[in-house]
Amino acid sequence: MNRFEIVAREDYSDVTFMLEVLHPMMARAANPGQFVIVMSHAEGERIPLTIADFDRDKGTITLVIQAVGKSTMEMQTICQVGGSLYGLAGPMGIPSHLSDARKAICVGGGLGVAPVFPQARAFKQNGAYVIGVLGFRNKDLIFWEDKFRTICDELIICTDDGSAGIKGFVTDGINLALKHHQDIDEVIAIGPPVMMKASADATRAAGIRTMVSLNPIMVDGTGMCGGCRVKVGEEVRFACVDGPDFDGHAVDFDDLMVRLRRYKEEERVATERWSETCRMRATAVDPIEMPDIG
Amino acid sequence: MAKKRTVRSIPQERTPVRELDPLERSANFEEVNCGYTETEAVLESQRCLYCPDPKCIAGCPVSINIPGFIERIGERDFRGAYDIITGTNLLPAVCGRVCPQENQCEGVCVVGENLVPVAIGRMERFVGDLAISNSWVNIPYIDPTRFRIGIVGSGPAGMACAADMAKAGCDVTVYEAFHEAGGVLRYGIPEFRLPNSVVDAEIEKLKMLGVKFECNTLVGRLFTIRQMLTELGFDAVFIGTGAGYPTMLGIPGDSLNGVLSANELLTRCNLMRARDFPNVDTPLPLGKHVVVVGAGNTAMDALRVSKRLGAASVTCLYRRSKAEAPARAEEVHHAEQEGIEFHWLSAPVEILDDGDGSVCAIRCIKMELGEPDASGRRRPMPIGGSEFEIETDQVVFAIGTNANPIIGQTSDLKLNKRGYIDTDADMMTSMAGVFAGGDIVTGAATVIEAMGAGRKAARGMKKFLGIRDVGPISSGPARFGINTREQNYRRVRTM
Ligand SMILES: Cc1cc2nc3c(=O)[nH]c(=O)nc-3n(C[C@H](O)[C@H](O)[C@H](O)COP(=O)(O)OP(=O)(O)OC[C@H]3O[C@@H](n4cnc5c(N)ncnc54)[C@H](O)[C@@H]3O)c2cc1C
Ligand SMILES: Cc1cc2nc3c(=O)[nH]c(=O)nc-3n(C[C@H](O)[C@H](O)[C@H](O)COP(=O)(O)OP(=O)(O)OC[C@H]3O[C@@H](n4cnc5c(N)ncnc54)[C@H](O)[C@@H]3O)c2cc1C
Ligand code: SF4
Ligand code: FES
Repeated sequence: MNRFEIVAREDYSDVTFMLEVLHPMMARAANPGQFVIVMSHAEGERIPLTIADFDRDKGTITLVIQAVGKSTMEMQTICQVGGSLYGLAGPMGIPSHLSDARKAICVGGGLGVAPVFPQARAFKQNGAYVIGVLGFRNKDLIFWEDKFRTICDELIICTDDGSAGIKGFVTDGINLALKHHQDIDEVIAIGPPVMMKASADATRAAGIRTMVSLNPIMVDGTGMCGGCRVKVGEEVRFACVDGPDFDGHAVDFDDLMVRLRRYKEEERVATERWSETCRMRATAVDPIEMPDIG
Repeated sequence: MAKKRTVRSIPQERTPVRELDPLERSANFEEVNCGYTETEAVLESQRCLYCPDPKCIAGCPVSINIPGFIERIGERDFRGAYDIITGTNLLPAVCGRVCPQENQCEGVCVVGENLVPVAIGRMERFVGDLAISNSWVNIPYIDPTRFRIGIVGSGPAGMACAADMAKAGCDVTVYEAFHEAGGVLRYGIPEFRLPNSVVDAEIEKLKMLGVKFECNTLVGRLFTIRQMLTELGFDAVFIGTGAGYPTMLGIPGDSLNGVLSANELLTRCNLMRARDFPNVDTPLPLGKHVVVVGAGNTAMDALRVSKRLGAASVTCLYRRSKAEAPARAEEVHHAEQEGIEFHWLSAPVEILDDGDGSVCAIRCIKMELGEPDASGRRRPMPIGGSEFEIETDQVVFAIGTNANPIIGQTSDLKLNKRGYIDTDADMMTSMAGVFAGGDIVTGAATVIEAMGAGRKAARGMKKFLGIRDVGPISSGPARFGINTREQNYRRVRTM
């Protein structure tokens, strides 16, 4: 039986790709804000990935992945349509609390662009006025713009180099939106920790409720190991079972950023080894077939 | 039986068991205790007095007929011994290795009043291992019912409940959140104490009984307990999700890099096989000087794993004395042999930062024992001015666990004030048809207690479903090729 079959794949850039995985039960259970733990093969790592979308009719969930290290780069190579994932557990985490905000800003940067989509859509379905703010390094990395246009009342694209939309970071986009709308009830920000930190800082003065989705390093995703612990206010919380959404104004982002560096050396070793393998494959006289992951 | 045995007539010394050399073994993950050979097991069996009122049975959480199986060993009827043990204990190869026998059967053994008690655990393990290597299984004649049972969690509690319900003719499915089954036996207890092959063999036996395993399934989130009873069509459900959620140290510096729970260390090492990094993808950077806080089984495992992963020094901090250490005596002894340093009566007060977000030292304080506290153990009290520092680059905490919140978050089952699931005398929860047992009900306990709870819940389930245990149809060996010595169950409608 082909469990967790990959039924569609699309590459958005040379680092970002999308997988649609067949799992009808998960598609039914998933809610915005939740994530899955994926193992691409038996020797693989358990890595958390947000459920960026789900289709209950087709029975699929959508993952949007940025190849940043060994596991994600390897997935970029081996996860092809017709193949399957070795392990897929979820939906994990507490679904995002859908507030009755009338006007909301949904901010996504880097690997947070896709995860913020289901939340933005949920706001829209709830009748809210939705302002999307998406940050990319440059024009070539932009994806899902159309998808967001269908559910956002306003969409602000920010690029670091100004090659599309406004030049600047998502915080510039947030400030722009705040200038035009005095009645924002809520901000959702998902992306790298620095970005979420800056977003929370941008709304702190105005006291606008700002929810962030934290991405600490995880192992089990079931609350058993404590590896994903984060500091929120005075408390220690486990992002996998108490989150991943938390009040951005209470999160200790510096602590999170330090903890994300824990495995830096090992990540470097693994990534280098992987790149080396790929290079050897590429230069081999006879093309070596990619590992069969069926 | 020949002449009646007395304490004076039996072999005075306990038969020793071969163990790997401490120096050699502390660099590998091979099993430390090599187990009895046939001759050794038979020799040790001669130390049992076959007491008319065997204290050992009362000391066993699942009341194994201990003198009964020991007598079979003495007669070299090992299969007979196996049949007796598996009449009550599903996992002899596991329990023989990990039960705290010194607090159970061996702790009350009559021989122990004068000599070292009979080595019940080692004999149990011998029988369990022999069964695995000879592929003995007691597949009973199963009279199928139409009931479907869902089990949540594949630890010892879930496995025991699954086995009993399968034997009662039910169609049983076990759901496990991880990608491999076994619970703590798989992700927690390391290979040098409990080889994976033993866990695999026990799971294989369940499969032979017709039990199905579904891994990668987070119950509560993928579907709820209620949905199991409604949409998924289960007639009864058992929850054995174990105790997760490690307790934090709650001292300054406990979120620094290099501070992690024993559960995380052990899961990375055992389940994810991080010790083979970079051949597997999960990393486990290990400090040179490791400090483990706590002295339970989990702490001992963390200490000994750290040693095997190559740490130069491994230190245990425990706020009470050695006598109060909750770990199995054998584990503490093995840890000492392997060169683990113990700081008894010492508690951590602060973990110090190296300036870059990582641990560089741990500050501790000496303790003394005062009056007994609620647990009956003497309360440790800090001694003023006795602070000292230990240089370390990795602090592992193993100071207990809290209830895992997932089932609570996703159902309206009644929980107690500590967050564990409330059950009645039949192990039924506040939801009709939903049973629970093991660590998720009692808090962290032992393998055998979890198994006992799983079996008790199975009895409750059978009562609830109206399945009545009927004794053996006929005693003696196979009838029409069917082994009828095993218990049969016949469903009797009560509704
Ligand atoms: C709840 C949650 C949801 C996530 N959703 C997505 C998603 O939808 N798409 C996506 O591309 N990524 C997502 N991530 C991050 C993703 O899990 C990591 O990028 C991945 O684990 C990196 O593994 P690697 O071996 O490829 O890289 P590594 O070489 O291991 O790491 C490369 C970089 O990623 C960081 N990193 C490592 N592990 C994690 C981790 N578990 N979480 C966050 N950063 C990590 C490291 O600090 C390092 O800077 C999510 C993380 C969490 C916790
Ligand atoms: C490191 C360590 C060493 C130990 N050493 C000993 C020892 O030497 N002797 C001894 O007697 N005891 C020992 N114990 C204690 C013993 O292992 C436990 O008491 C026992 O395993 C509890 O069994 P359980 O079935 O209740 O739960 P567990 O063994 O914890 O199994 C629960 C299972 O349920 C799964 N699960 C959790 N939530 C969900 C969900 N929502 N959906 C699906 N699956 C889920 C978990 O992934 C896990 O696999 C040790 C414990 C640890 C951690
Ligand atoms: S108490 Fe000891 S001596 Fe007596 S029957 Fe049990 S094992 Fe044998
Ligand atoms: S990932 Fe292990 S507790 Fe959250």
